[in-house]
Amino acid sequence: MSRAVVIVPTGTANLASVRAALRRLGVEPEIGGEPARIRDAGHVVLPGVGTFAAAMARLRASGADRALRERIARDRPTLCVCVGHQLLFRESEESPGIPGLGIVDAAVRRFPAAVRTPQFGWNEVEAGEDGGLLASGWAYFANSYRAVEAPGFRTALADHGGPFIAAIERGGLIGCQFHPELSGTYGAALLARFLELR
Amino acid sequence: MLARRIIPCLDVSHGRIVKGVRFQGLRDAGDPAARAKLYEDQGADEIVILDVSATPEGRGHQLATVERVRAVLSIPLTIGGGIRCVDDALRLLEAGADKVSVNTAAVARPELLGEIAERFGRQCCVLAIDARRTASGFEVLVKGGREGTGIDAIAWAREGARRGAGEILLTSWDRDGTRSGYDLELTGAVAAAVDVPVIASGGADRPEHLLEALRAGADAVLAASIFHDGDYAVATVKRYLMARGIPIRP
Repeated sequence: MSRAVVIVPTGTANLASVRAALRRLGVEPEIGGEPARIRDAGHVVLPGVGTFAAAMARLRASGADRALRERIARDRPTLCVCVGHQLLFRESEESPGIPGLGIVDAAVRRFPAAVRTPQFGWNEVEAGEDGGLLASGWAYFANSYRAVEAPGFRTALADHGGPFIAAIERGGLIGCQFHPELSGTYGAALLARFLELR
Repeated sequence: MLARRIIPCLDVSHGRIVKGVRFQGLRDAGDPAARAKLYEDQGADEIVILDVSATPEGRGHQLATVERVRAVLSIPLTIGGGIRCVDDALRLLEAGADKVSVNTAAVARPELLGEIAERFGRQCCVLAIDARRTASGFEVLVKGGREGTGIDAIAWAREGARRGAGEILLTSWDRDGTRSGYDLELTGAVAAAVDVPVIASGGADRPEHLLEALRAGADAVLAASIFHDGDYAVATVKRYLMARGIPIRP
């Protein structure tokens, strides 16, 4: 077991914002997708932009998918962001026929046609009374797909053409549809709480 | 519900801000990182930095600027100016940009939009359109507004969104720099033509102008001089818009 904070690359370049946000909190993250590193890290952040299928293929190719399932099963602190959050689900309408990590037994679907897609911008997150690590506030989203249920998880909701899952939490696992690294002080506070998990 | 966005824009050349001589409140008003952070603290929802360097040497400062801004900024950052290919976009995203904005190069080779969207996701891909009124409608301009193309701006916005642009940054070349308000007809026409968000740009001088553009259908408003000259803080403008019923992040 190491104390390292590891960012798992999912094949697209956009890790700089996550790295900068962690550095502002006094943490120097490592970037690496090797399964052993993912299993043993103190904290793991799974970002992810691009498509569900591309990100999932990248995780499978390196064995990172199994390592992620193992650490999540052991309740090790793991934060999954945007497409990373969607990968926790069973499947996504974005990439039909491609199984996700299947930690959450629900599907990710496209926003209804009546609202602007992608959802680009700040939306109000409601975490409810017992939000655990999740809090209410304004967060930055950039997504075309989202889940509307997450059985067995504590959830925070936002609204874009109807309520959707803004974030999920169970033990040491947090999934954020929004980008905490781009959500100003609200996001920085969530990252700080995540880093305090042991 | 999703808030409308207020986006200060910094014009940067050789790593320094080139507009806003009267700016108050910063020791070094020409430093993009200090200015971007100040806007974040005032409540800005995003920052756009346009590199207006005319030369490759000037653009050489671009990556260092992006890294310095990223280090202090915890809201989204869009970079535009001189992006010609996927590798240009890659370098900027690796340096810390969240989105790249393409203009002239996308007109020359529209496939570029699809290439950026496929590689990085369409949330990274902003199509900047500079448009000018003509007798019959709106024409796309390129090369910083110096060159007409004869292309219809509304049709180009639609094609750009279809090819992979996740957002349209729409500048009225007739209004830019005039401080006479956004071109509401242009804004409304493009917003109605595409499903993706539209950022109105060009002509803002007073909070009323931002209100008009948002009511005309813009999802976000971009402004430069109104914030740079210290006439209005971002927070002041947001309070004005909120009081008039526009959904705004407080």
